Amino acid sequence: MLLIPCPWCGPRNQIEFTCGGDATVQRPANDAPIAAWFAYVYLRDNPNGPHDELWLHSGGCRSWFKLRRDTRTHDILASARIDDDLATIAGARK
Amino acid sequence: MRYSIFSLARNALRHHENWPLAWRSPAPKKCYDAVIIGGGGHGLATAYYLARDHAMTNIAVLEKGWLGGGNTGRNTTIVRSNYHLDPNAHFYEFSLKLWEGLSQDLNFNVMYSARGVLNLVHSPADMDAAMRRGNAMRLNGIDAEFLSRDEIARRIPNLECSADARFPILGGMLQPRGGTVRHDAVAWGYARAADALGVDIIQQCEVTGIRIERGAVAGVDTPLGFIGTPKIGIAVAGHSGHVAAMAGLELPIESHVLQAMVSEAVRPVLDTVVTSGAVHFYISQSDKGELVMGGDLDFYNSYAQRGNLPIVEHVAAACLALFPSFGRLRLMRTWGGTVDMTMDGSPIIAKLPVPGLYMTGGWCYGGFKATPASGWLHAHTIAHDEPHSLNAAFTLERFEQGAMIDEKGAGPYAWAH
Ligand SMILES: Cc1cc2nc3c(=O)[nH]c(=O)nc-3n(C[C@H](O)[C@H](O)[C@H](O)COP(=O)(O)OP(=O)(O)OC[C@H]3O[C@@H](n4cnc5c(N)ncnc54)[C@H](O)[C@@H]3O)c2cc1C
Ligand SMILES: [Zn+2]
Repeated sequence: MLLIPCPWCGPRNQIEFTCGGDATVQRPANDAPIAAWFAYVYLRDNPNGPHDELWLHSGGCRSWFKLRRDTRTHDILASARIDDDLATIAGARK
Repeated sequence: MRYSIFSLARNALRHHENWPLAWRSPAPKKCYDAVIIGGGGHGLATAYYLARDHAMTNIAVLEKGWLGGGNTGRNTTIVRSNYHLDPNAHFYEFSLKLWEGLSQDLNFNVMYSARGVLNLVHSPADMDAAMRRGNAMRLNGIDAEFLSRDEIARRIPNLECSADARFPILGGMLQPRGGTVRHDAVAWGYARAADALGVDIIQQCEVTGIRIERGAVAGVDTPLGFIGTPKIGIAVAGHSGHVAAMAGLELPIESHVLQAMVSEAVRPVLDTVVTSGAVHFYISQSDKGELVMGGDLDFYNSYAQRGNLPIVEHVAAACLALFPSFGRLRLMRTWGGTVDMTMDGSPIIAKLPVPGLYMTGGWCYGGFKATPASGWLHAHTIAHDEPHSLNAAFTLERFEQGAMIDEKGAGPYAWAH
């Protein structure tokens, strides 16, 4: 089981959460070229290792937040509020 | 050696001590006319059809682990062609036809069992969707039969068909020619047949780099050294993304974990594959007697080849809701595989933007049934440097062109298909 640290509620069982996918993709400007939109919508790094993700505490405080999780082991490396940078969280590994 | 009743009898008299190895394990040559990365069903089938149909016998399959140790040996073995959209329907039906003759083709019993695949209908909305899909299948010449609740109750006596069931059954769509195939036999049968045509199968040989010279494929780096080749076919399932990245490509694919599980073995109790989209559950009984079950993805990216308990609980709960009498069985094993989920749920069998590079991948959780057709069409695409009409729609470029093949209409979320 994953014990997921919600930055608002603390560690909770994974069944309270919904994964929202890759947190690194950035929405392009409205007038950005089609290639930028294509990359945003469809292309993913899909790393074999630490992955920065969006999660929703759907069965709890209903906030979106960021989680860094290792896709090889499922180890949770860091979590952060949506506006914070995962890399700056104390103890975060990359 | 050809397997037959006579070879079986002869070897039985010799206490089965003199069976020849089913394939060689040669050291890799310095170069090949084509290299296939990945020794799962898709890679081995690609090599077999390249050698058999396109006279390309100077080729190698490179596998980082052992043959069939990936999803080929981890799946729930269901084969079917009950798809709605034309490219999928035509492709999977071609595959099912290849399954029907595969044991003869390969001289290896892959145990294709046309026991029927039944999709349960639990609600009026399910009913509309099933009718729409069933009719689309029939228009494409694919077998589909609607069964009433009474017919289902008669055919599948263990299934909870009463009116006050937790998930009431209103009927079901049956594809009679769907069924199961022995997964390991598929890897072994293709490996043996490809080897007999001269293909070098090299296990414990991970591709660590793809070399590109003057804009085209030049070879692969491996722990056994550089292997030169003008053509590379990638067939690595959940590893598609990072192998393609070796050639500088980024794919519309995420790797996720799909789990499966089996009960202890019991006498025959279920002779049809039963699936329920509404409950997210499917079940069949293996020839050993185990009930083989699966459900949803775990819904987060993973390369771990194992998942977590909520899905196991979900599958067990769904099983008991549909088959209350299975509640006395113990769950024996659970496992997971790394599946290559595309952004529209359909595969990519195509020429890639680097000359000499091809792939068959993006198989999501349903690529076992595709194995023969994927290998056949991947081989065709590699040999002719252009796709066959049956895989012309499964390009990498379709995402950029807005030509998605999104069976469920679920949108660009890899885990939603
Ligand atoms: C639990 C589960 C249940 C499933 N159930 C079904 C089902 O009922 N019906 C169905 O149709 N499909 C099902 N699938 C999907 C199906 O198993 C796969 O789509 C299919 O087997 C993929 O075959 P493959 O040959 O592409 O991949 P694999 O069998 O995974 O082969 C890929 C091979 O590539 C090798 N490889 C990876 N990277 C490298 C490298 N760098 N160098 C060399 N080798 C490399 C791997 O070791 C592996 O052996 C299921 C999948 C899972 C996980
Ligand atoms: Zn919370």
